[in-house]
Amino acid sequence: MIYLDHAATTALKPEVLDEMLPYFTERYGNASTIYSLGREARKGLDAARARVAAAINASPDEIIFTGSGTEADNQALNCALALEKKGKHIITSAIEHHAVLHAAEGLKKRGFKVTLLPVDEYGLVSPDALEKAMTDETALVSIMMANNEVGTIEPIAELAKVAKARGAAFHTDAVQAVGSIPVDVKALGVDMLSLSAHKFYGPKGVGALYVRKGFRVAPFVLGGAQEKNKRAGTENIAGIVGLGKAIELATGDLEARSQRILAMRDALIEGVITKFTGSTLNGHRTKRLPGNVNISFPYVESESLLIHLDFEGIMASSGSACTSGSLEPSHVLMAMGATHEQAQGSLRMTLGDENVDGDIVKTIEALGPIYEKLKAMSPLYQKGGKTLV
Amino acid sequence: MYNDTVLEHFRNPRNAGDIDNPSGVGEVGNAACGDIMRIAIEVEDDRIVDVKFKTFGCGAAIASSSMATEMVKGKTIDEALQITNKQVVEALGGLPKPKIHCSVLAEEALHLAIKDYKEKHSA
Ligand SMILES: Cc1ncc(COP(=O)(O)O)c(C=O)c1O
Ligand code: FES
Repeated sequence: MIYLDHAATTALKPEVLDEMLPYFTERYGNASTIYSLGREARKGLDAARARVAAAINASPDEIIFTGSGTEADNQALNCALALEKKGKHIITSAIEHHAVLHAAEGLKKRGFKVTLLPVDEYGLVSPDALEKAMTDETALVSIMMANNEVGTIEPIAELAKVAKARGAAFHTDAVQAVGSIPVDVKALGVDMLSLSAHKFYGPKGVGALYVRKGFRVAPFVLGGAQEKNKRAGTENIAGIVGLGKAIELATGDLEARSQRILAMRDALIEGVITKFTGSTLNGHRTKRLPGNVNISFPYVESESLLIHLDFEGIMASSGSACTSGSLEPSHVLMAMGATHEQAQGSLRMTLGDENVDGDIVKTIEALGPIYEKLKAMSPLYQKGGKTLV
Repeated sequence: MYNDTVLEHFRNPRNAGDIDNPSGVGEVGNAACGDIMRIAIEVEDDRIVDVKFKTFGCGAAIASSSMATEMVKGKTIDEALQITNKQVVEALGGLPKPKIHCSVLAEEALHLAIKDYKEKHSA
């Protein structure tokens, strides 16, 4: 099996599982209790918080654990409700994950004006465009650090500066960035940042929201006093411990890991573009996550490519897994100005730690006959290169 | 998400290709997803003796094309007109709900091909 869908999720590292396991069994205490069992859980929680903080250059009291990256995004966007005094306007981008876009929709229903910034053909958000969209009423700006479909890395430090200059809060969804590229909250100058454990070889269903000291974050899940009243609910200690270990591993040798993955990424891009006439790279050539490859194949639909690749034991994706149930072409590619056909024929292959050079060779080889077969079956393709319709 | 019958037809599609000088051709686009299907028929004595399809679409669309063309081969054009997308879906053992509309492409392309044949024939 060749797994090329690391942007969807990653396999839990055995070292991470080892640290998690005791918290399912002997260390099952509730971290809010005062007896020894509870204190043990508390210790695990605190240690994880310190690890997350260290990984992104934050301090431990700036980290709130959440139930997912999605929840962290929702909590961040819902802070706009508490910033209403500033104004009822938020700005985000057209290529955000649905966790942000749908949370923004929710704010719209509560009377907020929502501006979706456009992107260029590479998926980049421009600080100038943000500057122009800012008004005195803009309470919050949320732009993702790296896009999950095309891997484009946004100029977050510049964008945050623009937002801050006009007194607006700034959030970034760094779910795809953390563990793949360096993330330093101080250098970025953001008020809030979301991350999710399962994107860097940690467990699913646990994430975190960084909140800059001095920024008043509003609770999103209401209930008990956990996470200093910022996120209610008995903590998922095992998951949080796993997040802590995973982020320490992923950021510990980030440079070496990402160099290796980036070399495979470039080999895959070059290999596919050279071999398949008309195929085009989606996203930016260099401002790109080290593991992301997203290529449009003319004349065919990506779902068909995916099923055939699956028959060959290769797991890839088209756009994002979350939208695979829908018929809409990728909102990200459409925002980048892709044609309908380009968007329908886009194949996303995201590389990670367990991939080796041989996977790249095998994938390019497997794509050959698959693409030929589907092309021959396509009404858009005529032998000799003449296209119909 | 797809059952074994659908995957089998997808993997080994029957009747993919073109017919030279067909008796009738039907081409339809799916407004919902932008996909396209073309079915060509060869008719002798009002009977479909050959049928071929080309599809730019998802797995369900390709499997539906394959199944629908199998179902009409050898049938008279009147019999072929009775075939609905529902029957195609049944023959495939079902499709995921959001993919039902993909089978409609097959019904429409087939009916258009027969209409095209009839028009040419009566002219
Ligand atoms: C950019 C981005 N934001 C948010 C999420 C949601 O994170 P989670 O799966 O932890 O809810 C994902 C991944 O699914 C993502 O890629
Ligand atoms: S034919 Fe378009 S989604 Fe199936």
